[in-house]
Amino acid sequence: MISLNVNRKIYQVDADPNMPLLWVIRDIIGLTGTKFGCGVAQCGACVVHLNGEAVRSCVTKVSRAEGQQVTTIEGLSADNNHPAQVAWNEENVPQCGYCHSGQIMSAAVLLRENPDPSDEDIDAAMAGNICRCGTYQRIRKAIHLASEIQKKGGAK
Amino acid sequence: MKMHYLFPFKAFVIIGFISSMICIMAFAMHDSDNRIMDSKTVMLVIKKDSITSVKAFKQVYTVLMSARCMNCHPSGNIPLQGDDNHLHTMSPRRGLDGKGVYAMKCANCHQPTNTPGLHTPPGNPDWHLPPADMRMVFQGRTPRQLAKQLIDPKQNGHKDIQKLIAHADDGLVLTGWNPGEGRTLPPMSHAAFKKAWITWLTTGAYAPKK
Repeated sequence: MISLNVNRKIYQVDADPNMPLLWVIRDIIGLTGTKFGCGVAQCGACVVHLNGEAVRSCVTKVSRAEGQQVTTIEGLSADNNHPAQVAWNEENVPQCGYCHSGQIMSAAVLLRENPDPSDEDIDAAMAGNICRCGTYQRIRKAIHLASEIQKKGGAK
Repeated sequence: MKMHYLFPFKAFVIIGFISSMICIMAFAMHDSDNRIMDSKTVMLVIKKDSITSVKAFKQVYTVLMSARCMNCHPSGNIPLQGDDNHLHTMSPRRGLDGKGVYAMKCANCHQPTNTPGLHTPPGNPDWHLPPADMRMVFQGRTPRQLAKQLIDPKQNGHKDIQKLIAHADDGLVLTGWNPGEGRTLPPMSHAAFKKAWITWLTTGAYAPKK
């Protein structure tokens, strides 16, 4: 059994230590907000936070997460009110929506480390998250809005 | 009375100090050109031989300029990928510490071990580029430029000869010989590389003419 802390809740999972964390999160724990995209760390759809860092759960073995803090899109905020989530909603960012849990998880790391990112900072931070619908302009706009919300003390 | 009591002790200290200095100076005069003491006082013999040194460096250069080494020593701030040294897809940035920026840190994709399968991220627990203030660029360097850079502590991460020798067994260096599926290995074994590297350094670390 492997002990996992996902969204501040402890789970005991019966899984091979080499199983991708994404599989455990989706298929064993049942949190399906995190998506499978490419399976080889190329697209960013599967981004979750491991001790606050935006790891790609499709290539992260569950053994790496044992005893660590895992946060998925479901646990990013108490009531879907992280500034990035609020801004995504305000700007109607998603089209098909498939990549956006990963996009938001990456944006959350950017906003934590750089509360007032420039366009260049956003491009550098988000370059690993692919959107097949091409919503990049709205993503950039939403991150600027999220920055404003965060500065005004919006929900974190 | 007090002076008389202390005299023999002081005399021994002074005589001992002078004797030590004479020994150290004699040793330094005799061996300063060919021996280096490291922190563990292990003697490293430097036997200067420019022909052997340059010949060894030419072997070293072929390894350092191979994709497995050069791809993480780029001239810009984006690592390289593949045998053709193309820019890393997704354009991850070096960052100040060499470990990436924001949601694009090296360890977000590069796991402690290689990920199975073709075109998957190779792994190492300490995956990184050289830091921004010590970029250690290999890409585009001639053999002469690279040799001079490698032995300059201001450009090599403040490494002396002992540390440079030890660096041949650095975990990330060794990863070059365990690059994951589908990647070309450096042009010689790690043992052959290490031998050439040590030969180059212990024969005077001469730089080729070009």
